[in-house]
Amino acid sequence: MLTVWAILIDGFIYASWLFLVAAGLTVIYGVMRILNMAHGSLYALGAYAAASALGWYYAGGGEQLWMAFAIIAVSAVLIGAVTGLAIERGLLRLMYGRDEILMLIITFAVLLILEDVMKLVWGTTPYFAYQPYAAMGRINIDVLTVSQYDLMVVGVSIVIGVGLWFWLERTRIGKILRSIIHDREVSEAMGVNVRRMFTITFMIGATLGAIAGGVTAPIISVVPGIGIEVIVLAFAVVVTGGLGSILGAAIGAIIVGLARATSIHTMPELELFIIYAVMAAVLVFRPHGLFGQAIARKI
Amino acid sequence: MKLERTELSLIGVAVAVAILAQFSPNWLVFTLTLAISTALVVMGVVMLMRAGLVSFGQGLFYCLGGYAVGLGGRFLGITDALMLVGLGVGVTVAISMVLGLLVTRYREIFFAMLSLAFSMILYGVLVKSHDLGSTDGFGVVDWSILGYQPGTGESGTRAALLLALVIALAIALFLNRYFKSSLGLACEAIRENEVRVEYMGISRQQVLYINYVIAAAIGSVGGSMTALTAGHVDPTMAYWTISGEFVFIAILGGTGHVAAPFIAALIFTLVRTYAVELAPNAWQMILGIVLLLIILFLPKGIWSLFTRKRRTAS
Repeated sequence: MLTVWAILIDGFIYASWLFLVAAGLTVIYGVMRILNMAHGSLYALGAYAAASALGWYYAGGGEQLWMAFAIIAVSAVLIGAVTGLAIERGLLRLMYGRDEILMLIITFAVLLILEDVMKLVWGTTPYFAYQPYAAMGRINIDVLTVSQYDLMVVGVSIVIGVGLWFWLERTRIGKILRSIIHDREVSEAMGVNVRRMFTITFMIGATLGAIAGGVTAPIISVVPGIGIEVIVLAFAVVVTGGLGSILGAAIGAIIVGLARATSIHTMPELELFIIYAVMAAVLVFRPHGLFGQAIARKI
Repeated sequence: MKLERTELSLIGVAVAVAILAQFSPNWLVFTLTLAISTALVVMGVVMLMRAGLVSFGQGLFYCLGGYAVGLGGRFLGITDALMLVGLGVGVTVAISMVLGLLVTRYREIFFAMLSLAFSMILYGVLVKSHDLGSTDGFGVVDWSILGYQPGTGESGTRAALLLALVIALAIALFLNRYFKSSLGLACEAIRENEVRVEYMGISRQQVLYINYVIAAAIGSVGGSMTALTAGHVDPTMAYWTISGEFVFIAILGGTGHVAAPFIAALIFTLVRTYAVELAPNAWQMILGIVLLLIILFLPKGIWSLFTRKRRTAS
C-alpha cells in the first residue's frame, strides 16, 4: 500500500514536470505544424538563466523566497521570449511552407547551435541554485516525506495548463489560433495575420520551455546536455498524448509519469525502457496518439 | 555480366584507396575505416530518405551490429570477423522484420519519432545492464579473418580497412543496382505520391518494408565494422544524437548517388577529428550551421556540386 502511495505521489510530481516541459512543444506543433527539436535547448536556456540569476541574487545576500520565484519567472520569460523571437524571425520565417520533416531537421540544427552557444556563454561547469528548493523544506504525508518545492511544481503545472486552456478557448487570440489550426488558408483569406500569429505562438511556446527549465533549475545541477535529454522525454509525452493537443499532453504526461514511477519503485532497471515502450505501445493502437487527429491521405 | 561506368569507378576507387592506405599513416587509415563504417549506416538513412522517410533512430541498427560483434566474441567465442558481422546482420534482420511491420505504417515525423523511440528503448536497456558495463560499454575481442590474425596495432588497423573496403564495395555495387531496380524506383515513387503508386498495383507497404529491412541490415554492418575497428562498444551508439549525426551526413552528401554518403562521411569524420581538438565547444555549432547552409543553398547535398558542373560543361 505504501508503494502504491509513493508511486502515485512520485508519478504525479513527475507527470506535472513532464507537462511543463511538453506544453510549449505541443502548442507550437498544434498551431504551426513544426515539431520543435530546439525546445530542449530553450528548456536548458531557461535553466541556465534562472540558475545564474539566482546565484547572483543569493551571492548578493538576498534570501527572500518570493524574490527568488520572481527572479526565476522573470529570467525564464525574458530569455524564452527573446530566443523564441530570434529563432522565429531569424530562421523559421525563411522556411515556412516546407515539409514537416524538413522543419524537424532545421530545428535539430538550431538545437545543435544553441547547445554550443550555451557552452560558450556558461562554460561546462555545473551551476547550482538549490536555495529555493532547500528553503521550502519538506512535509510529511503519512509516512512519506515530500519536498514542498515538488508540490509547488505540480501547482505551477496546473496553473499553466489551465492558463493555456483559457488562452486557447476563451480569448480572441485563442479563437484566431484555433481557426488557423483548422484551416490556415481560409483563416488567412478571412484576414487573419497568420505570420504574426506564428510569431506569437512560437514566442509563447519557447517561453513555456524556458519556464519549465527555470522551475527545474533549483532541483537539478544545470550542466550541458540537459536539453538533449529532456527533448526526447517531451517527444514521448506529446506523441503519446497526440501532437498538438493540450489535453493530450496532460494525459500523456500522467501516463508516462505514472509508468515511470511504477517502474522506479518496482523494477528500477527498466526506467528508461518503460517511457518509450509506453509511447510505442500507444502508437501501435492509436497511430496519431491518444488525442491526435488523423490526417487525410493526399492524392 | 557487363559492368557499367559507375561500377567500374567504384571498384577503381576502392582499389586505389587500398593501395594508398599501405603508405598512409596509421591514424589516417583508422579514420578512413571509421568513415567507411559510418557511411554504411548513412547508406541506410539515404535509402529511407529516397522513400521519403527520415529516421532519427538508425542508431538502433548501428548499435545492434556493434553489440552483436561485442557479445558474439564475448559469450559465443566467435572471433572470425565475417561471422561476427554476419551474426549482427542476422539479429538485425530478425528484429527489423518485426519492427518494420509497425514503423512502415507511419510517415513524416511519426516515422522519425517512432524509430527514435525504438533506438532509445535499446539505449535504456543497455544503460541499465551492469553486466555489459552500463554506460561504459566493453571491449571487443581480438578478431581474426578466415584464420588470419591481424592482432592489434598497425596490422590490425590495415586489415580492418581492407575488410571495410571489400564489404563497402560489395554493398555499394549492390545498392547502385538496387536504386535502379523496380523496387528502388518504387521507393522514389512513394516519396512523390504514394497513393498513385498503389493505383499502379504496387504494394507500398511491401516496398517500404523490404527497403526498411535492407537499410537496417546495412546499418548493422556499419555498426559491426565500427566495433571491429574501434575495439569497443557502448550504449551511446543507440543514443538519438548519434542517429541525428547520420541524418546530418545523409543530408550533407545528398541522395543522388551511392558514392555521396562515403564522401560526406569522410568529410564529417576528418573535420570532427580536428574540430574536437581545436574547438571542442563549438563542434556542434559548426554542424548546425553547416546543416542550415546545406538545407538553404544545397538542398540536394554536396553531390549536386559534381552533377551540376558536369551538366554545364556538356
